[in-house]
Amino acid sequence: MATTLDAKIPTGPLEEKWQKHKNESKLVSPANKRKLDVIVVGSGLAGGSAAATLGELGYNVRCFCYQDSPRRAHSIAAQGGINAAKNYQNDGDSVYRLFYDTIKGGDFRSREGNVYRLAEVSVNIIDQCVAQGVPFAREYGGLLANRSFGGAQVSRTFYARGQTGQQLLLGAYQALSRQIAAGSVKMYPRTEMLELVVVEGQAKGIITRDLLTGKIQAHAGDTVVLASGGYGNAFYLSTNAKGCNVTAAYRAYKRGAFFANPCYTQIHPTCIPVAGSYQSKLTLMSESLRNDGRVWVPKQKGDKRPPDQIPEAERDYYLERKYPSYGNLAPRDIASRAAKEACDTGRGVGPGGLGVYLDFADAIKRFGEKTIRERYGNLFDMYHNITGENAYKAPMRIYPAVHYTMGGLWVDYNLMSNLPGLHVLGEANFSDHGANRLGASALMQGLADGYFVIPYTLGNYLATQMGKKVSVDRPEFKAAEQETRARIERFLSIRGKRTVADFHRELGLLLWEKCGMARDAAGLKEALQRIPELRQEFWEDVNVLGGGEEFNQALEYAGRVADFLEFAELMCLDALERDESCGGHFRVEYQTEDGEALRNDDDFCHVAAWQYAGPDSRPIRNVEPLIFENVKLAQRSYK
Amino acid sequence: MNFKLKVWRQKGPNVAGQFVDYEARDIPADASFLEMLDIVNEGLIKRNEDQIAFDSDCREGICGMCSLVINGIAHGPGKAKTSCQLYMRRFKDGDTIWVEPFRAITFPVVRDLCTNRSALDRMIEAGGYITARTGSAPEANSIPIGKVVADLAMEAAACIGCGACVAACPNSSAMLFVSAKVSHLGLLPQGQPERTSRVVSMVRKMDELGFGNCTNHYECEAVCPSEISASFISRLNRDYARAATRQAAVLV
Repeated sequence: MATTLDAKIPTGPLEEKWQKHKNESKLVSPANKRKLDVIVVGSGLAGGSAAATLGELGYNVRCFCYQDSPRRAHSIAAQGGINAAKNYQNDGDSVYRLFYDTIKGGDFRSREGNVYRLAEVSVNIIDQCVAQGVPFAREYGGLLANRSFGGAQVSRTFYARGQTGQQLLLGAYQALSRQIAAGSVKMYPRTEMLELVVVEGQAKGIITRDLLTGKIQAHAGDTVVLASGGYGNAFYLSTNAKGCNVTAAYRAYKRGAFFANPCYTQIHPTCIPVAGSYQSKLTLMSESLRNDGRVWVPKQKGDKRPPDQIPEAERDYYLERKYPSYGNLAPRDIASRAAKEACDTGRGVGPGGLGVYLDFADAIKRFGEKTIRERYGNLFDMYHNITGENAYKAPMRIYPAVHYTMGGLWVDYNLMSNLPGLHVLGEANFSDHGANRLGASALMQGLADGYFVIPYTLGNYLATQMGKKVSVDRPEFKAAEQETRARIERFLSIRGKRTVADFHRELGLLLWEKCGMARDAAGLKEALQRIPELRQEFWEDVNVLGGGEEFNQALEYAGRVADFLEFAELMCLDALERDESCGGHFRVEYQTEDGEALRNDDDFCHVAAWQYAGPDSRPIRNVEPLIFENVKLAQRSYK
Repeated sequence: MNFKLKVWRQKGPNVAGQFVDYEARDIPADASFLEMLDIVNEGLIKRNEDQIAFDSDCREGICGMCSLVINGIAHGPGKAKTSCQLYMRRFKDGDTIWVEPFRAITFPVVRDLCTNRSALDRMIEAGGYITARTGSAPEANSIPIGKVVADLAMEAAACIGCGACVAACPNSSAMLFVSAKVSHLGLLPQGQPERTSRVVSMVRKMDELGFGNCTNHYECEAVCPSEISASFISRLNRDYARAATRQAAVLV
């Protein structure tokens, strides 16, 4: 039976909701905090900041990450910056404007209450990070500098060169290290969560595998906080780190947590194109390049001439042609789809025809090579290092790539799942970005959740859990441990002919084609047919060598890909059921005459939260209606 | 392209390792060094041989997880890049390439090319932070920081914590790593209250863990993917001396 979900958004005016909620939230006394065990999975911006803050508050925290150090979580790779409504530039920014831009950028598919809170605490994040020693860019006078970013008309982005994610993560990591030294947080690096344990309907622990020794271990706690990131690697090629995976979130889903909007994925327009089947990941080139570069493809199909021999009249500057007012600065989803269309019509450039030119010739003519070098030198160097091509002489080739996932585990205003005791933070949850995330908002959300939301809302659950501690001796833990071991043994016993990577590549390509930048019902149905077949082939023909009780990277990878092979089906199902286009979810059947995303607010102004119904049953689609009390729904236009 | 590889294989921390020969065939020149290893590994799996274990994660040079010694150089030939940012076109067809883990007594081998570098975390835990309770921070612009100082702090803060400096140093010294953190935080006004105790605790922990001393070889600076300057080591030494005069009792 499908249910209608209640997000427990506080009543009252938008700007008073969070304060009211904090005033009414339950507190846990210092003496009781010492008795409560909190399990945090993930050590990125959300998990690291949560573990550090909860440890500081006096809870007993255990924090887990698969990397060899919490400092290596993939938040580290974020380049651009972090938004905050400080209005230091005196350009008219406010909490309300940041809230509105985020709601609009998300194509009106996120919650007003959550997004307003995010905008509200954004200012505290900057204060906190500066106090920790994050070396944000500054003006000569010593005050903080800002830059502008997509989807906004004000400059509200704080940055630390092109390494903002790294510096914010190191801030959280250092705060976490302080708690580890103090003994309030126990850190488990190179440890992967493989199962969630539910006791009497409440999330009470996890099963982990020590990646160095292969030891399977049960951990009981009073609550579980998941901050395990996004699922972009379902596509095999993405800008995510190699280890990023959906396992922790997907295991929670299979234990009863709802998975919301899995079809919302963000495809970033400016990445270095795929060069061959050996390629292991895609590299993002900062979006700022589109400020001076012009995007084009040849007008002729299959034109193989080198770019400098294609005369001006035979080039199609398609973004300038289609979106005269925004031109090359059209938003991410639009620019990505336009590149795909150009390549689909046989006009793509470079190996395999999957690329478009980003040309700096005009900019170099206008400003000189020196100026362009000053603005983008590091990016041109990076491009040269990876492709061996000199972008000062010939245009860059770029192509869109999977970058971020807006969908995630369903959470209420307290960041608690429908499964009591399970809290979900950062990219792993679904709550704040709707159907499309704006640049510089992922870092903001991760730190908001970890530093300023969960420390307040966790008490609402934990205050009800005093004296209800469970032990790992309970049958639920034993059974979960047993299942984990059996699964590992199954991987190791197949001894088929194909490698794990081979299956992952095939799945990725399928998802990219059928559930990527543009989707349609026919393609999604094909994918839904093919994925179970591929999964079956995997379980019959995969070759995973080595043993379970040792350091075994093949085994780690097999577990992650096995979960992607199930999760992919959920993505396609969600994309098929959402009969509209919105943000990153573009169904070709639903577009305006100009080819823009056509929302269907009458039927789909809601969150789809999928409920696991067993291995052979179709998951149940639950709904949380999105209620807009303050914002008027409008069609986005970038013409 | 084709290559002959000599790869360090070691089953676990407490067993002996050795170099094993492998052929890397039909490698695209545009493949990265780690993608070349991926291709070799897929071939090994197809022949039912255990794949070569190596660490990597972001594969864009920022996470610090990849850690190979290639032809005797930490992160391989070329300046200012991690192992994952090395591309095969830099080598000649037919080259013999030696691949080893980072070598240091403080970085025990876990398996093959993977090491345990948690000693780096222990040094940060010893004091590589600013105590700033969540929620108690003052307004961010209340303390101006000159651009020159902020930029210098950023240069030190850019350290990715890979440990190449330790692997390259004949003494396995971690001075560059420690100096980067001591400088990053010690340059900022927010880092002043703990400046003395930080440098003392971090240096003490570094010695306790078994890292060697700096004898000015500058190998660390030469391999650092973040181009952390060895001049930060001078700053560390000055800060340490300063701490000795200010807080003699701490050093006892």
